[in-house]
Amino acid sequence: MKNNFIDKKKYQDTVEKMSPKTNIFLNCFNAFWSGGLICVIGEFITNYFLNLGYEIEVARTFCSVILIFFGVILTGFGVYDKIGKFAGAGSIVPITGFANSVAAPALEFKKEGYIFGVGAKMFLISGPVIVYSTLASVIVGIFYYFSL
Amino acid sequence: MQKKIRQQTIKFKNPVYIISTSSTVGPKEGEGPLKDFFDLILEDSLYGEISWEKAESKITKETFARALEKANLSQEDIDYVISGDLLNQNTGSNFAIRDLNIPFFGIFGACSTIGEGLGLGAILINGGFANNILIGASSHFCASEKQFRFPLELGTQRPPSSTWTVTGQGSVILSNKKNQDENKKLPCITAITPGKIIDMGIKDANNMGAAMAPAAFDVIYSHLSDLNISPDYYDLIVTGDLGKIGHDLVVKMFGEKNIDMTKNYNDCGLLIFDIEKQKIGSGGSGCACSAVTFAGYLYKRLKDGVLNKILFVPTGALMSQLSSQQGESIPGIAYAVAIENHD
Repeated sequence: MKNNFIDKKKYQDTVEKMSPKTNIFLNCFNAFWSGGLICVIGEFITNYFLNLGYEIEVARTFCSVILIFFGVILTGFGVYDKIGKFAGAGSIVPITGFANSVAAPALEFKKEGYIFGVGAKMFLISGPVIVYSTLASVIVGIFYYFSL
Repeated sequence: MQKKIRQQTIKFKNPVYIISTSSTVGPKEGEGPLKDFFDLILEDSLYGEISWEKAESKITKETFARALEKANLSQEDIDYVISGDLLNQNTGSNFAIRDLNIPFFGIFGACSTIGEGLGLGAILINGGFANNILIGASSHFCASEKQFRFPLELGTQRPPSSTWTVTGQGSVILSNKKNQDENKKLPCITAITPGKIIDMGIKDANNMGAAMAPAAFDVIYSHLSDLNISPDYYDLIVTGDLGKIGHDLVVKMFGEKNIDMTKNYNDCGLLIFDIEKQKIGSGGSGCACSAVTFAGYLYKRLKDGVLNKILFVPTGALMSQLSSQQGESIPGIAYAVAIENHD
């Protein structure tokens, strides 16, 4: 039995032509300013704690903790996914996005229990980030060691 | 006597009556253009349950019950249930039907399930193996996202070619005789053309309309040539969930065969949502997309006589999350079901 049409390659080219493209320029622009805005908020938090007289390392830790806290809270209230729809990479790359990527699966898989649900699935999205950032740090560390 | 015609098509001499339908949809579908045609619009996708999966089964169970009620039938009058959904191992249907006391055929045709069900049901009725058959298909946006994509609360962007899984369930009761109080014409299944699996090498799971369009084109083309009719024989030819891109591809493929599909061809994924206003991407998808559009909108339009002959072509993308991750392309399938008003 023969198909009623001919060429796979031709069809794939047609699909490519007829499918709408994402507006990369607009997405980059929105990601740039909204991601930048999150970083500006982070700077304000860090400066606030510096002004209170804390060391820079302590102030930065406070900043991370506070941003993670709000990332998780906004995920729980169903706000962060709406921000993400608009901001794209702008809200994924900062630490709030990392918090979102851990909190979202934790919420979603709670029904499957605390061990095989929350526990096992919590790092479903962020797992690869942890694995490859650890690997990258090892490689950079080796270069650093030998270049000294 | 029924008979198989040419390559693929089965034509039924005795009409297979569609005596009742029922539909339930989620809140987003309830804001769409077809909102007045559904029996029940849920205010909350969880529907009082603790998980999306449980909610889907509850929706299925209650929509089945409503279809029986509307047909004045009890469970004992039904010979078989045929049902399917998108959840792993068909649990959406299995858990809904475990409390019913009716023999069950579980089927999987991805989003084409309602078409596969109507086809098999019509064959069973016409073969004399059953008097009444209950058929349904369901999907749930949140359960599908969880199973196939990302957790709901994850902040990601959807590409413009992606489709939106419809939350809901559509039930249909087929029978070999009309209800006693029906003197009017009733929609009947007159012919079916089961589709072949067609894979044109599309791998983008965010462009399923493009993956399924060749299967829809193939089955419609085979149906028309087997029965030696042209598209304008039908008041409406309606595919399941190709969305805007898939719809346009089907029109283009027919155009290359010098067949005009611009006049009477539409897609359930475009009917159920206002894709611009509701920001849907390419259109609706999922088992429920074609099932509720048929059980709600199309069946009522047939009964009103606004439509008299339709070719209903639910479409399915037969991939899994694993197959996509392993780099497999997406095979498509479609079932053509001819439905006409009969005495």
